This record gives sequence, structure tokens and C-alpha cells, in this order.
Amino acid sequence: MKKRNYYILSDGHLKRHENTIYFENKDGKRPIPINTIYAIYSFGSLTVTSQSLSLLAKEGVSVHFFNRHGFYTGSFYPRETLISGDMTVKQVQHHLEDKERMYIAKAFVEGSVRNMEKVLSYYDIDFNTDEFLGMLYDAGNIPEVMGVEASARTEYYSHFDGILKHFKFERRTRMPPENEVNAMISFGNSLLYSTVLSEIYNTQLNPTISFLHEPAERRFSLALDIAEIFKPLLVDRTIFHLVNKRIINEDDFTGELNGVLLSDSGRRKFISAYNEKLNTTIKHRSLMRNVSYQRLIRLECYKLVKHFLGVTKYRPFVIWW
Amino acid sequence: MIPEMYIRGTQVNYYFICKTKLWLFSHNITMEQESDAVNLGKLLHEETFRRDEKDVQIGPISIDIIRKGDVLEIREVKKSKSLMEAHVYQTLYYLYYMHKFGIKAKGILSFPKSRENIEIKLGEEEKEKLERILEDIQRIVAGDMPPPTRSKICKRCAYFEFCFS
Repeated sequence: MKKRNYYILSDGHLKRHENTIYFENKDGKRPIPINTIYAIYSFGSLTVTSQSLSLLAKEGVSVHFFNRHGFYTGSFYPRETLISGDMTVKQVQHHLEDKERMYIAKAFVEGSVRNMEKVLSYYDIDFNTDEFLGMLYDAGNIPEVMGVEASARTEYYSHFDGILKHFKFERRTRMPPENEVNAMISFGNSLLYSTVLSEIYNTQLNPTISFLHEPAERRFSLALDIAEIFKPLLVDRTIFHLVNKRIINEDDFTGELNGVLLSDSGRRKFISAYNEKLNTTIKHRSLMRNVSYQRLIRLECYKLVKHFLGVTKYRPFVIWW
Repeated sequence: MIPEMYIRGTQVNYYFICKTKLWLFSHNITMEQESDAVNLGKLLHEETFRRDEKDVQIGPISIDIIRKGDVLEIREVKKSKSLMEAHVYQTLYYLYYMHKFGIKAKGILSFPKSRENIEIKLGEEEKEKLERILEDIQRIVAGDMPPPTRSKICKRCAYFEFCFS
């Protein structure tokens, strides 16, 4: 049975009748067969019964909640069923030993920088990859590694206005996003964060033990780490597609709260394009089979597991096509 | 209790299939939750022999079906006859385990899909081979993960993406 992501954009109730989940709202009642659900993303005001949560937990389905402005509020992360004490110990060990932690943190940033380069090269834009990788090599502690990531991203974003055919980006602003492009980046990044979290859930990795971000920072910081590598492929390319094909326009945004946010229609368009990206497949070079972009995130988790077990040294995912 | 008595039947089965799989499974790194083959096997297990006593847990081993009689009957349910040696030795291990407790038992490998039953007997030769296997399993599990080697059965394995990504 092919499982897929469900995105609930309207207000309603999630109920369980026997072993089926139903989404109910003013327009009626729609069954969502449990074994077709990979993860649920909820954007409206959703009432969930405990019976439905217990069925979702039994099937290992996570539910990600976003508030009515599209900001991530939290996840229902079911009880862990894939637990390996050996794995946890090794993951912690790699966090505690400076050399090991730096290796992984730098690998995440390297992947992120190389993927930025790949995205820009499609538009014939040069990127100072070597300079950033050099800085990365010289970085002696985690804040310095984070610093390289930040300067690479600043330069990367500075090229956005050359790519985007309408909308001005200028610079990255958050909380609140000052313009349409920033609104899309914020929204896309939080979607990606939840997607990564769902993938981590399906492995023995512990989502709270991170390497680039501090585990104390907040929530499941390993998801933030891994998301860095995939932002250019999954979020930024989705934005370019929506803007340059003129799928999204000024009407898809609202300008309240001294900031710009995606409207309902905008969110609908973004999610649909984002989900299409996740389902895009590519022939994997060593697996010799087609894998979806979403599955690439899982494979990244597997590579980390193998790194922790001392089987294969971790190398970050870099767009190879 | 002798150390070999902590080994699970699935581990004996995996010993014949793949050492990497054996190691990962033994360290609780499982991936079967998404495997259609595994789900099919589970369904088959649930749907067949409904009137019998099922999943009888004795120490680390879990026997699919047990029937009481003059001699205890131990049944292991499998979905196909491929990887036969692994299935045979898994059943032999259960017989060996019972034998250690001084319980007389007979073993049957059941293939409900093809309606076949094969009786499995534990002879001296098998007993000796099992003892060597059990020692080897402990050695493999205690060591580093054996690097995966690609073979034609890998494509259907739940660990395929893990091993070769």
C-alpha cells in the first residue's frame, strides 16, 4: 500500500470509527484509510479525538500542527517503537566527542553549501563554494561552523533577486517575514522541518541529539540539522517554480501583523508544489532504483546510523543530477 | 542457563540469510515495519491455524504454534520455501531448545500457501552443527557490524536501502 502525506487545510474534526480515521467538516465526512497515511500536516483548526490519536500512534503516524498563520506549533510524535540502546549510546558518543561532533556538523554545512551551489548553477550563477569550504575547514568550534553556514546562506540569498522573475526578495527577514519571498521561505522551512522529523521517527535515531544546532536549542534539533542539507532542493526550488511560472501571485499573500504571510490560497498552492517535489523521483546511483526526494531524507538518516555504527563514514547528500 | 539459550529463533534464521541482517536485528536496528513481505508473513501467521495455541514464548524463543499430545508438536509457519535451509535450522533450534529442557518434541515446517507440511528431525549431526552456529552467532553479534555484501536476495530485503545508500 502506497502511503502518502495528508494535508488538512480546512477546519474540522479528526475522528476514529473502528480502524478508520475520518476527517469531518461542514462539507461532510471523508474517510482516510489508516494504512495510506504516512504523516498528517494540519493547518486549520483541528479537533482530534484521543481514539484517533491512539490509532495513529499504533500505526506510527506523526501529526504536524501549524497555526492559522502557517507557523509550526508542534508535532504529535507517537511513542517510539524503533529503539536501539546501542544506537542511542553511539549517537550520544558522537555528540560528546568534539572531533566527532565537528565532523558531522561540518558535513551538514558542506552538504548545504554544495546544494546551494547546485541550485544556483542551474541559473548560471557562480557561487564561492571553495571559499566557504575553506572557511569550514578552518572552523575550530561549532559557533564558527554555524557562522560559515550563515555567511554562505547570506551570499546565496543575495542571488535570489537575479533568479526571481517577480517579487523582490532583498534580504532574509523572519518573525515576521517582510515580503512574499520571505514568507515562502519561512513556511517552506517549517514544512521541511516536519518532513524530516517524520523520517527520523522511522529510524532508530534520537531526534533530540543534534550536532550542528545545540540540542538545548529547542524541540527536535536533529531535524533542524538534516533540514539544512535539503532546503535548497525542496524549499528554494519550490519557491522559484511557484514564482517564475507565475503560479503564485500577490493575491496569495496577506499583509497583516506588520508582516507578509501566505493566504489560504497561497498556502494551498505552496503545499501542492512542495508535495509534488517530495514525490519527484530520481534514479539512485548505488541503489539502482527510483527513490523520491522525500525518501532521500530517510537515506540520509540511514547514512548517519551507519556512521555512528562505524560502518561507513558519513558524506552529506549533494544533488547529483 | 547456558549463554546460547539467549538466542532467538529469528537470529538462527538470519544467520543463514545474511550476517549483516543478523547483526542489525540483534542490535535492535529493525526496518521491517515498512516491508510488504514481512507484513504478508505476519498476516499469514495471524490468519492460519486460528484454533491453535499461538506465539508461545519460552525464554528468548517464540514458537508460532504448539500442539500438545503424546509428544509436543512445534510448528513454524512460513510463506514460501525459498531460503529453506534458514527455515529448517530455525525449527531445529526450537527442537534443540526443547531437548535441552528434556522435553520431547517434534517439529513441523508449515507452508499454508502451498498447503505443505515438512517434518523436521533433530539428529546428532544437526545438533552438532547447531552448536557451532549458536557459538558463531554470539561471536558475530559481539563484534562490529559485518559489512553488507550484495547478492540477488538483497533486492527484496527490508535493509536494502540501509545497506546500499
